[in-house]
Amino acid sequence: MSQPSISKSMTIGESGLAVVFAVTAFLCVIASAKALDAPFAFHAALGAAASLAAVFVIINRYLDRPAALPPQEINGRPNYNMGPIKFSSFMAMFWGIAGFLVGLIIASQLAWPALNFDLPWTSFGRLRPLHTSAVIFAFGGNVLLATSFYVVQKSCRARLAGDLAPWFVVVGYNFFILIAGTGYLLGVTQSKEYAEPEWYADLWLTIVWVVYLLVFLVTIIKRKEPHIFVANWFYLAFIVTIAVLHLGNNPALPVSVFGSKSYVAWGGIQDAMFQWWYGHNAVGFFLTAGFLAIMYYFIPKRAERPIYSYRLSIIHFWALIFLYIWAGPHHLHYTALPDWTQTLGMTFSIMLWMPSWGGMINGLMTLSGAWDKLRTDPVLRMLVVSVAFYGMSTFEGPMMSIKVVNSLSHYTDWTIGHVHSGALGWVGFVSFGALYCLVPWAWNRKGLYSLKLVNWHFWVATLGIVLYISAMWVSGILQGLMWRAYTSLGFLEYSFIETVEAMHPFYIIRAAGGGLFLIGALIMAYNLWMTVRVGEAEVQMPVALQPAE
Amino acid sequence: MKAILTVHNLASELVTTIWTPVFVAIFLAIVAYAFWPRNKAAFDEAAHLPLREE
Repeated sequence: MSQPSISKSMTIGESGLAVVFAVTAFLCVIASAKALDAPFAFHAALGAAASLAAVFVIINRYLDRPAALPPQEINGRPNYNMGPIKFSSFMAMFWGIAGFLVGLIIASQLAWPALNFDLPWTSFGRLRPLHTSAVIFAFGGNVLLATSFYVVQKSCRARLAGDLAPWFVVVGYNFFILIAGTGYLLGVTQSKEYAEPEWYADLWLTIVWVVYLLVFLVTIIKRKEPHIFVANWFYLAFIVTIAVLHLGNNPALPVSVFGSKSYVAWGGIQDAMFQWWYGHNAVGFFLTAGFLAIMYYFIPKRAERPIYSYRLSIIHFWALIFLYIWAGPHHLHYTALPDWTQTLGMTFSIMLWMPSWGGMINGLMTLSGAWDKLRTDPVLRMLVVSVAFYGMSTFEGPMMSIKVVNSLSHYTDWTIGHVHSGALGWVGFVSFGALYCLVPWAWNRKGLYSLKLVNWHFWVATLGIVLYISAMWVSGILQGLMWRAYTSLGFLEYSFIETVEAMHPFYIIRAAGGGLFLIGALIMAYNLWMTVRVGEAEVQMPVALQPAE
Repeated sequence: MKAILTVHNLASELVTTIWTPVFVAIFLAIVAYAFWPRNKAAFDEAAHLPLREE
């Protein structure tokens, strides 16, 4: 028996990427040496180190691998690529805990300001974007990377496109997070909410994101399943729209190519409108469309029930696409933005209520015939409660976008409460539920290490959310009412510091809620770690189907 | 008050006015597609897609 011998050689991707990274390392060393400010020198040095590491890993991986690349199929079944999914799942859990912890720290700083230690690196202004980016882009982003790469493979019945490309996406994205996060601590920011990273981080993310789009698209193109499943539509909308938003909001002119500071291309109200067109659609397409894709795959899968109404899912998708993009101006009520634009933003925000609730009903009704599973399966309960929170915050959002309501709620803690009912309740819980499903699947385990611990996670985190959002509602409405209270003589009744003092007890309750949410995540991390370490391997699949990565 | 009537002004007027009915028409077409009786079987099939492994 002579096997046809394949002479081993580097693919174009391997050699090309190795060369590109070698050149990048060289350029980064020069940039680091010529840097105008210390953070830029540090980031360029990080870039050089990471590029060199990439060259080393690519060559080492080539030397270790067999001559032939992993096959697309083994015994007629798709040879799924789980490596990048495992990496992103791990990073999601890591960044999740980091992000929740920083959230707890800044919540505590608001209650006890001495906790900022009077140091620039630990001041609220720097830690706040670290928290928001860590939870949204680092935790949420890695969850989306992991689940999208899993769902697109499974629902297309095709191996993920590319060999190095998926790894480039997941590692490159996390390197972006590292640059962004360390930048905030060192004071590097372009001061646009949720778009704080400076120009060089933005450029790097653009490259990573284009590769992400290509990997996703090519996987869909080579699918074996004729129909493109609705979750893939949502993922695709998320990837494409984030690309457009990122490019739209971030044009800036660096002061020097060797410095971190840049100036945004346009100023004034145009900049504000661009910023909130970006900001609200980041909510709509990052925190909503991407996680709705999770809902449409993981809930049917976990409940073992078909999607309640596939027709509704199509209308849900297109209605969101057509409406969300116009909702941004509601962030700029009663500002220099033209009145008609504010009204337009409000109108579209209110219309959004319909598709949002259509989607919520679709997710919840998928359980029809399987409601009993909520009693026995805490993972499914987490997924379903997340959809309930989605319904709640997509009712609250349109209501707050109404100008008269906004005149009370804007700039108060009510906004923070609203955001966190969406972020902790919807995005957090649907991510936890998805990771609880995904980790055993990706690591080929029979099930989770402990469902009892999932149950603990569920209740501890739910209690945390309830404390958090109820404290912020009371605090926000109180704050809004105090700000607009007049005496009989027409003077403002309260000085600003009096309204701050009134917030104190609610800030303590909020920090306690955040603490519980963090404890829940720590329980989860332990559970997932033990699932991977000691969990029983799934037996029905031959071992050969999972080639080493 | 329109200062000068140019081809460009006319075109941009037309484009900014026409997208509303165009988008509404596209959306209605999508709704019709979703509810078209002949598509029902295919959609019911697609609803089961996550449950069909490998």
